[in-house]
Amino acid sequence: MSYIQKPTAFHPALKKNKLGLTRRDYEGAMSTLCAGCGHDSITAAIIEACFKLDLPAHRLAKVSGIGCSSKAPTYFLSRSHGFNSVHGRMPSITTGANLANRDLIYLGVSGDGDTASIGLSQFCHAMRRQLNMTYIVMNNGCYGLTKGQFSATNDKTSPSKKGESNLFEAIDLAQIAIQLGAGFVGRSFSGDKAQLVPMIEAAMSYNGFAFLDVISPCVTFNNHPGSTKSYDYVRGHNSVLDKLDFVPAEEEIEIDYAEGTTSEVDLHGGAKIHLHKLDTGYDPTNADQAINTIRTRLNKGEVTTGLLYFDGREQDLHETLGTSERALNQIPISELCPGSKNLAPINDRFR
Amino acid sequence: MGRALPRGLKLAKSMDSSVKEMQRGMPATDVGDPQYFHKVVDCQWACPAHTPVPEYIRLIAQRRFTDAYMLNWESNVFPGILGRVCDRPCEPACRRGRIEDKPVAICRLKRVAADYRDDISDRLPAIPTEGNGKRVALLGAGPASLTVARDLLPLGYSCTLYDKDPKAGGLMRTNIPSFRLPEKVLDEEVYRIVDFGVEAKFGEEITSLKSLLDEDYDAVFIGTGAPKGKDLSLPGRKEANDKIQIGISFLTSVAFGHVKKVGKRVVVIGGGNTAMDCCRTAVRLGGEDVRVTVRSPRKDMKASAWEIEEAEQEGIPIYDNHSPKAFVHENGKFKGVLFEIMRAEYDDNGKRKLVATGEEVLFECDDVLMAIGQDNAFDWIERDLGLEFETWGMPTVDTKTMMSTLPGVFFGGDSAWGPENIIVAVAHGHQAAISIDLHCNGKDLSENRPAPGHSLISQKMGIHEWAYENDYADTGRIDVPHAELASSLKDLKVEVELGFDDQLAFDEAERCLNCDVQTVFTPQLCIECDACMDICPIDCINFINNAPETELRQGVRVPATNDTQDLYVSEALKTGRIMAKDEDVCVHCGLCAERCPTGAWDMQKFTYMETQAAKSCQRNLDAYVHWSKTR
Repeated sequence: MSYIQKPTAFHPALKKNKLGLTRRDYEGAMSTLCAGCGHDSITAAIIEACFKLDLPAHRLAKVSGIGCSSKAPTYFLSRSHGFNSVHGRMPSITTGANLANRDLIYLGVSGDGDTASIGLSQFCHAMRRQLNMTYIVMNNGCYGLTKGQFSATNDKTSPSKKGESNLFEAIDLAQIAIQLGAGFVGRSFSGDKAQLVPMIEAAMSYNGFAFLDVISPCVTFNNHPGSTKSYDYVRGHNSVLDKLDFVPAEEEIEIDYAEGTTSEVDLHGGAKIHLHKLDTGYDPTNADQAINTIRTRLNKGEVTTGLLYFDGREQDLHETLGTSERALNQIPISELCPGSKNLAPINDRFR
Repeated sequence: MGRALPRGLKLAKSMDSSVKEMQRGMPATDVGDPQYFHKVVDCQWACPAHTPVPEYIRLIAQRRFTDAYMLNWESNVFPGILGRVCDRPCEPACRRGRIEDKPVAICRLKRVAADYRDDISDRLPAIPTEGNGKRVALLGAGPASLTVARDLLPLGYSCTLYDKDPKAGGLMRTNIPSFRLPEKVLDEEVYRIVDFGVEAKFGEEITSLKSLLDEDYDAVFIGTGAPKGKDLSLPGRKEANDKIQIGISFLTSVAFGHVKKVGKRVVVIGGGNTAMDCCRTAVRLGGEDVRVTVRSPRKDMKASAWEIEEAEQEGIPIYDNHSPKAFVHENGKFKGVLFEIMRAEYDDNGKRKLVATGEEVLFECDDVLMAIGQDNAFDWIERDLGLEFETWGMPTVDTKTMMSTLPGVFFGGDSAWGPENIIVAVAHGHQAAISIDLHCNGKDLSENRPAPGHSLISQKMGIHEWAYENDYADTGRIDVPHAELASSLKDLKVEVELGFDDQLAFDEAERCLNCDVQTVFTPQLCIECDACMDICPIDCINFINNAPETELRQGVRVPATNDTQDLYVSEALKTGRIMAKDEDVCVHCGLCAERCPTGAWDMQKFTYMETQAAKSCQRNLDAYVHWSKTR
């Protein structure tokens, strides 16, 4: 960890967004993660995505659990709301916050331990309920904070740094997400911002549960030659389904790809995703095909990345429950509280 | 977003296509070429004498004023003088000025080293008691000749220094008023060299080069400056002769105490630094209504911005677009100067034309000071000596060796290519001294010129600990305290600028970005984790497909539009991409190296010095280069 603060100076020609802010305005504190950690790259991608979305910092709530990944929210958007919760309990905290205030954008940051082990059930139920949030797993296949033990997402074929073999099959969070009803499921790699940044933009613009599994090499414990979550392995076995371009509402971009390989996906708020398919037979709205493709490629040792699954209905928990359209803090106390006169008969019903 | 090519299943495949890409891209940067990193040290690169600026600024921050002074003295000979009146080409070049609007106050920090140093007599080069038998004549006792003398005396040369004035210093004495450069400071640095054992022939004007050559010197150095002030032949000029003075002659007369008073109303004609010195001197000699008039628009004035600013702070108005038309007399008495008001017009190419508006104005005054430029005067050089002249009456001088077409006769300072400044004259002096030494030893002046000394050494002391302060100081440029205006305007000898005290000096020194501590990249170690790119506060690091330079400059994260600054380009990395760093606004904070997991980035101090004629004149410089080498 560096002892100095990141210099406040920035490039005089640095681009500004519609709010007149530079990318630097979306940063947080200096990272205390290991030098070269993939998590820092994902942090940089989140910063870039929020900058590009012209997002006012106060509209975002960042929520996390415990682990290296869950420290990361400190390192971006220092002027946003945040909650660093109990290990694996980030989905519950987010659910509560979201039900109380549906106007904020919720960005959950978790790791493979926080999500695939201690928090697995919370993760599953948040998806099942279609909670409107973006859930990013910084997936490095090990417990970096406690010296690199295998996590539940580590491939069985991938030994530890010291050579012990992994006894158990890996949990593929992306497959679980598709099965349990996440509406937007993507996978990417911390070393590929060209793919990752538009994916985060699209996920944050999606109404419903958006899940991103981002392979993020642990340079200290899981970047060795035998690892399937190392920089070299992922680069060498990255099987890219499609390349995304995120097009914000009211903007058009030129498409220069060959006809028939690009499709357009409309998002709730008027934004679009341009999908340039590298595998023209792949249809991201077909969940069966998605799971099949991921499994087939995984068996060949490939890491499938891109927009894996997309549900155009964009349904979320508020719609399902029929909750108030307004955030609770926007409802005057006279409406929020029924008053003792109205409360008495309600209480009587339960006697 | 979305430039990156989809990666194929096999790395080998993408490597293949990237090799083709490489072939049309930029070649990898050769950091072994000393000039590559030298150019990154903008201040040192811009300094004609290549003074190691960041190094002495660090020494000042460490309160090692004497060491800082010696590095300066060895590089530029007159630190106390230059710390006050240098033209400071380093400051407009300073990287800090491209990040915020104001550069580090390099010049004023130099003065700090001079102000707070201890005795340096034991650090000066030894002058051999026995000479080498070679005799060199130095004409004009200004900065160029004095530099030559300093560089040659330790080698045993016998140097004879001629000047028409009774004291050494040249323009530094005669044209720079003492409120900017106190006589004590000037005398100390000038006479330090004279006292090395120069044979001084002051107060003697050379009227014939031929007769001087007859005295059989082994070499002659001409550093006589540009001593002739320009005049204007306008109607009424002749009749007003006793009211008009040429600027530099006026300043000289003031310097030697011949002129002690001016009229109450003074008009200065001209917009250069001499005009600024004239008007400020006039105010101190009793001028109550002193005006500066310039023919061109204000933004085109030749004077340095800070000199204009200081004149204005003293309440002197500047009238731009005023072109002198006539000197007006009434009833046989001088009345004033008539000006035509001009207007600048620009054609499509931006070329300026001054057009008279037809409007005229009369400035009544008692005295006129004419400071419209200077010329060289070589009427004392016979044209049949084999010393060739160009069409403009300037001698033909080799830009590298400083030798004229007459072997053994050298030029430097303003007399070589017209008016420049002190630091240029010093640089000329160093080069001329090398040439004279080679010439006197019968060696070829070009082939045998010594190569510069340089080194590149890691500054890593521990994890995230460096041998330099890499924390960025987010503070603005500190103004130098000034003497109280009322008292300084009363007395010509009161120095206007008080200089930084040690605390202000420290704060200002911390603004230096340590541009000599270089970001050195080892591509074989890089795992392309993006950590450096993500942390870089300036967005200057890129991992990108190679391309021709113009394309690469556009393709980087923030387009590299400053063509004067290089792109640092690596060999191809594992993925076939390259690392491309735009040197332009890098703040040398070292965070790329701190966040690099494999040590592919390292912060290494680059040292550079021009080799001079006498090794004993650069013991401190030599140590600065070689200490680093052995550390």
